[in-house]
Amino acid sequence: MTTADITSQSRTAWLAFDKLGVLIALIAAAGVFLPFAVYRANRIVLGEGVLISSALNAPWAILLGLVLLVGVGMMLLRVNPLAKLGVGFVVLATLFVLIGQSATFLTPPDNTFSRVSPGAGFWLLTFAFALMVTDALTRLKFGPWQRIGILAAVGVAMAALLWSGAWNDLSILKEFATRAPAFWAEARTHLLLAFGSVAIAIFAGVPLGILLYRVKPLRAAVLNTLNIVQTIPSIALFGLLIAPLAWVAANVPGAAAIGISGIGVAPAMVALFAYSLLPIVSNTVVGLVNVPEAANDAARGMGMTNRQRLFSVELPLAFPVILTGIRIVLVQNIGLATIAALIGGGGFGVFVFQGIGQTAMDLVLLGAVPTVALAFAAAVVLDAFVEMVSTRERAQ
Amino acid sequence: MSIGLVIRLLVLALLVAFLVSPESFAFVFEPLTKNNQPVIYNQGSLLDLTLNHLLIVAIATALATTVAVGLAILVTRPFGAEFLPLSRSLANVGQTFPPVAVLALAVPMLGFGTAPTLVALFLYGLLPIFENTLTGLTGLPPTVTEAARGMGMTGRQRLVRVELPLALPVILAGIRLSTVISLATATIGSTVAARTLGEVIIAGLLSSNTAFVLQGGLIVGTLAVLIYDGLSAIERALTRRTGQGARANA
Repeated sequence: MTTADITSQSRTAWLAFDKLGVLIALIAAAGVFLPFAVYRANRIVLGEGVLISSALNAPWAILLGLVLLVGVGMMLLRVNPLAKLGVGFVVLATLFVLIGQSATFLTPPDNTFSRVSPGAGFWLLTFAFALMVTDALTRLKFGPWQRIGILAAVGVAMAALLWSGAWNDLSILKEFATRAPAFWAEARTHLLLAFGSVAIAIFAGVPLGILLYRVKPLRAAVLNTLNIVQTIPSIALFGLLIAPLAWVAANVPGAAAIGISGIGVAPAMVALFAYSLLPIVSNTVVGLVNVPEAANDAARGMGMTNRQRLFSVELPLAFPVILTGIRIVLVQNIGLATIAALIGGGGFGVFVFQGIGQTAMDLVLLGAVPTVALAFAAAVVLDAFVEMVSTRERAQ
Repeated sequence: MSIGLVIRLLVLALLVAFLVSPESFAFVFEPLTKNNQPVIYNQGSLLDLTLNHLLIVAIATALATTVAVGLAILVTRPFGAEFLPLSRSLANVGQTFPPVAVLALAVPMLGFGTAPTLVALFLYGLLPIFENTLTGLTGLPPTVTEAARGMGMTGRQRLVRVELPLALPVILAGIRLSTVISLATATIGSTVAARTLGEVIIAGLLSSNTAFVLQGGLIVGTLAVLIYDGLSAIERALTRRTGQGARANA
């Protein structure tokens, strides 16, 4: 039975409980009774949890209580997903603004050592309402441009929140404040590693895919080799590249001068490139193999040369599949680039591993949150692109 | 015996020989060390580390398989239909989370050691298995389920005798993906003090001893390739069997 059937069966449909809503509301309820914020005397000691009632000024706490009540009510009832989406975003925005407010409220004046970070309650509430928003978004089935629009709006809202200084008393931003230049430098390295390796893999992988499509006997051997590379765990591959690259740096004239060495950006770049090849090459082959024979026949009948056929028929028709490969690789490499920090390659992983080393979890978050946000944004945007090019193709 | 099988057995034998008696292979790694650094990892037995590594991965994958297949069965039954769209997008969104982030964020809740690694492996391992089980269960040809219904099978019988066996190769592909990801994540687990093979690589990186890095990398890489290969073979065998089964049913 689908949701539509249930709705049509009962006249007061919106009064009926939403099964999924009940589950999410239970998560939210648990979140209300867990510490909203955590207060610590300095950045590495264990903290004490503070409930909503004492984590905020009375007026703010009451406002949050009311907003949460409305939000949970909306979860439970079978109302229009658009309404759920709107309310979900309002609750999330309130939670995000008030966690900053709570940090300001809990930090004693003139105390630069104490730290306030979001507590388990805040995370659970955010998770519950993010679920509500995700469910509404899934049901609303927005088009690609609308999804990119929503992502951009959320991005602008987050930027405004950070810009306004409302979060400046939160621990993660205190970690940022003490190392802002390093943060931007690592951010550049991270982007260079993730996007650079994918770009090189596209330039090398698509022609290789075309070659494998044309020369059938090579196909299995090359794809199997790339598959083995893909299977080797990232840190092992990074490690295995250290020895050969160090040898190259020492023995090939000029290699060291252009930055090739055993550790650092070079092995990280090579490893990420190697990981990217398989999805791009195999998707290029699959995309080309699946080009309808009729399209190729028509092109041949029009007197197109092999080259013309490749560029004006085969590649355009295979493009959505190739783009799907690029999407997989980009999201994967944004995540894997964090490991590069272990071999001195830089990137957001630097903060993650420094944080683990110092048991400073806010520092871990400073590395992990931008990585996750970047991977998520890349996935949304590229999924939208894939959908755009595949629907355009079907329409033609 | 095919050449492929011989090569695989040779690689496996070489790996076992190296793990049991690493010192006999010292001459291979000797040229990579400088200033009389130790040639073979000396802060613990390589065999113990390997077994521990595999144990963590096995436990996490077994748990993840049980939970993921169970959840996927629940949301594909009529009473769980309301959860299907959300769980599908959650599995999709969840996989954009880098494994390192999951690992690092499990530490504040569970402290250092094996626990956060197990939890991260379990959580991250859920997603590919769940997604593939969903694909397997929802992508069955309607004629097959109709035929089962026509034979008077109950929902439970259909699930156990028709749907799950037919979806098995796809589910196994999910388990294979999840295992390979777990092997890699467990390696990174040694940054949060889990006793896995990552320890060897990281010790090598910290003391710039390329010999350590290479041994650790080779052991982990070989294990991953062999396990991936073995699971692929099981999958192919099953596909062949269920393929015949499906033809017999039709």
